[in-house]
Amino acid sequence: MSSDRSDSSPYVIVIGLEVHVQLKTVSKLFCGCSTQFGAEPNTQTCPVCLGLPGSLPVMNRRAFELALRTAVALNCRIPEFTKWDRKNYFYPDLPKGYQISQYDLPMSHSGWLEIADPKGEFPARRIRILRAHLEEDAGKSLHDEAAGKADSRIDLNRTGTPLLEIVSEPDLRSPREARAYLNELKLLLEYLEVSDCNMQEGSLRVDANINLHIPGSAGPTATPIVEVKNMNSFRAVERALAYEAERQFAVWRETGRTIADVPKSTRGWDDQRQATFAQRQKEESSDYRYFPDPDLVPVTVSSAVVEAARAALGELPAATRQRLESTYRLSAYDADVIVNQGRRFIAYFEQVAGRCGDGKLACNWVTQEVLRILNSDGGTIDRFPIGADGLGELIQGVRGGQVPSSRSKELFGVMFSEGLTVTEALRKLGIQSLAADELEQLCRQLLAENPRIVADVKSGKAQAAGALVGLAKKKNANVNPADVRETCARLIAEMP
Amino acid sequence: MAGIAQLDAIQLRQMLRSGQISSLELIDALLEQYAAWEPRVGAFLNFRPDQARDQARELDRRRAAGADPGLLAGLPVSIKDILCTVDYPTTCGSRILRDYRSPFDATVVARIRRAGGIVFGKTNLDEFAMGSSTENSALAVTRNPWNVAHVPGGSSGGAAASVSAGICPLAIGTDTGGSIRQPAAFCGISGLKPTYGRVSRFGLVAFASSLDQAGPMARSVQELALLLQTIAGHDPRDATSAPNDVPNYSASVDEPLPGLRIGVVRDHFDAGLDPEVDAAVRDAIRVFQSLGAKVHEIELPNSRRAIATYYVIAPCEASSNLARYDGVHYGHRSSDRSRDDESPHESTRESTRESPLARLYCRSRAAGLGNEVKRRIMLGTYALSSGYYEAYYLQAMRVRRLIRDELLAAFQTVDLIVGPTTPAPAYRLGDKSNDPLSMYLEDLYTVSANLAGMPALSIPCGLSRGGLPIGLQMQAAPFAEELLLRAGAMYQGATDWHPRRPAA
Repeated sequence: MSSDRSDSSPYVIVIGLEVHVQLKTVSKLFCGCSTQFGAEPNTQTCPVCLGLPGSLPVMNRRAFELALRTAVALNCRIPEFTKWDRKNYFYPDLPKGYQISQYDLPMSHSGWLEIADPKGEFPARRIRILRAHLEEDAGKSLHDEAAGKADSRIDLNRTGTPLLEIVSEPDLRSPREARAYLNELKLLLEYLEVSDCNMQEGSLRVDANINLHIPGSAGPTATPIVEVKNMNSFRAVERALAYEAERQFAVWRETGRTIADVPKSTRGWDDQRQATFAQRQKEESSDYRYFPDPDLVPVTVSSAVVEAARAALGELPAATRQRLESTYRLSAYDADVIVNQGRRFIAYFEQVAGRCGDGKLACNWVTQEVLRILNSDGGTIDRFPIGADGLGELIQGVRGGQVPSSRSKELFGVMFSEGLTVTEALRKLGIQSLAADELEQLCRQLLAENPRIVADVKSGKAQAAGALVGLAKKKNANVNPADVRETCARLIAEMP
Repeated sequence: MAGIAQLDAIQLRQMLRSGQISSLELIDALLEQYAAWEPRVGAFLNFRPDQARDQARELDRRRAAGADPGLLAGLPVSIKDILCTVDYPTTCGSRILRDYRSPFDATVVARIRRAGGIVFGKTNLDEFAMGSSTENSALAVTRNPWNVAHVPGGSSGGAAASVSAGICPLAIGTDTGGSIRQPAAFCGISGLKPTYGRVSRFGLVAFASSLDQAGPMARSVQELALLLQTIAGHDPRDATSAPNDVPNYSASVDEPLPGLRIGVVRDHFDAGLDPEVDAAVRDAIRVFQSLGAKVHEIELPNSRRAIATYYVIAPCEASSNLARYDGVHYGHRSSDRSRDDESPHESTRESTRESPLARLYCRSRAAGLGNEVKRRIMLGTYALSSGYYEAYYLQAMRVRRLIRDELLAAFQTVDLIVGPTTPAPAYRLGDKSNDPLSMYLEDLYTVSANLAGMPALSIPCGLSRGGLPIGLQMQAAPFAEELLLRAGAMYQGATDWHPRRPAA
């Protein structure tokens, strides 16, 4: 596919992402209304977010704190002085006729987010963050304005919800990188507990700017920039960008038009058709007439406040990955799988590893057995029926030989489905570990009953001993195959 | 009880508190004034006698039951119709809000009610406070009680007329470029524009947010002190309101100020100044000298740019503040879509170019907003447009800072700056309504205080030969309201311009 950077690709893809994140505040950015999703339309409004005459905005400090935490985690610079600006435009879901946003002096800028592909499909890179600024959300319109027939409906519950707009530099070079960036950003935001990052509820929204740089004898040619919208999942972002890259290349080959010939345009992503489509262009280029909002006072952020925010961050995903690799001797891939599940899952893993004393084994269990169930059930680790101590005990039992490894998955299954402890599960399945003399007695009996196998082994056919394991299991389901093998080998060797 | 309506708010308050009169008796006496004057003057857009009487009865009942009558003790206050009230429409003098009802009281109004005040009607104004004569009201005509052929000034023309005509002892006005002081001067009363942030703007429908400030209007500065006391103070609902403590203005207002240093700006006495105003203001300065003040001539060269600066910044903010009147959520909506589509006169070009939504916006705003408002929206929209922003808005903001710095520096050497409030007494209705520029020059002496966010007072200091009042403006440093009021009281103690009333 031409969508990934490779030496054979006839072009370089240039992508920048604008991500709008709804901050997890109880109330809106400039009034006391609830930000809860899903309420009856127009029930979470007040004179301020309705923009009624005479109303005035007052900044929600909590929203600024969450924005600051995020900006610091994105390695952004935090200016001492930031202000609010009005972005003026008319739309029915914007009741004041302007959006309160930040224009020339955003609360943060010049940061970066490192992305890496654990499978090594692209090298680890720092994607530069141009800026991250706070703004209020608009309401929601449900309408058919273009057709001019149906009535439009407007829900202003969302109006005034705090958004952090995080704008990357055009540093991403493939749709896969774009997705990796979004995954890493979402993980970070969840780590920081600043947003629910729920794309279905609109608490995380992505717009992408994309064009191609096509090498040529007279230097590279750039295709016109397209902003892609309406992408409702990270997978959709990856697909839309892959589609758009191919489309732009095809259009360029057909028309030869470059960035110099065509202004930036907007296209929507149609998930059904798996294609982008041209969106109606505005009649004139929009001039938002930004100017400082005189209703709000500028915000000053002291270096002490920034340092306090930095100190309170705790360990971030990139550092956690490294720590898991070194502390538990995990591969980069395994550490990535665990860290990508989020803070609670990491804590679960670490508790399992601590309990059982083997990080690698703990990793195998949580990334294979536990994740398999979570992924198929769509559940979360908080509500997983097997606690970290229970799983740790199970693994520890396997390591210590108290639990037959051959039946460990079976035990895990019962612990999960019936919510049992390891001891209860062992009892339920009737598993008891054999004492050493019991096992020896069993093996002696077995050898006595199967002289041909003994003869075969003696004559050098070591694999013939395998049959003994199966026979031993029939006598007692609790036998450990390795123990059977070992004991039988010793007894045969002792035979005259 | 005859004569009640002739008393000032300080005397009335004492009589109300001592039980000499009831609030209802006061209201009824003032309703007689209303009946006599309102048909000629037209100070009010909405006036509800029964509502005022009901509120008075309730206050009387509570007072009889032993409740604290509050700072205003049952006094009525007229409210400029740009402050939100739950029990009256809030029209802003505009067709677009003719039927608008606010679900909340402005903080100023809430404080008046909490202090035992009665909302005594909503007064007329230039549409959205844009104007200096109240002629820009889309809803009514207000006349000067001293001569009904003349304008009352504006934009708080209805407020000034309501006090001047003796309908109401106290009024709330708002001042963005002189809209309290200029009508106070024209109508022969006192008016104070407080420091920006001294009085909450919550519920004051915004014209130019960084300049707007509500303030008291009355006959005497003692009455201003009482009303300012009631409305001043920090409001958590207004991020620009000041946290500074509120002094006890009423307690100190009658204390004279020894050794006052008065600044006089030479520019204020230029050729454009009416000779009668010139003479009256110079007389007033001599009164201050006779009271021990020292006069210093000062220069404020940057203030010469104040009008130009103001007429960039105020329209810029207005263009954005008034964007919300779009006919979608509330207010006047011109036409519905289906009628548009059937309109046979519409050019094909327009109907294909504009969406039904854009047409809804355009028609509602075209019909709902008046010419002066449109003019300022266009000025502001132009000045904020990309490519012009730096040359207009940003440059004006720089000059604004210079004007403020220059005034702050001046207040290092003088306590007050004293001069005329307006270049001339009230003109005749219609004289300037077709000449916006000369109307803008009405604000010549007043806009600096708004740009600098500083307090300024206008008090009566004379009458022209034609019998029209003349106003004296006094400016002071930020939060020096107390000083302004005390200086004003000194002057009013030595003169008798302020108690004069227009002939019935």
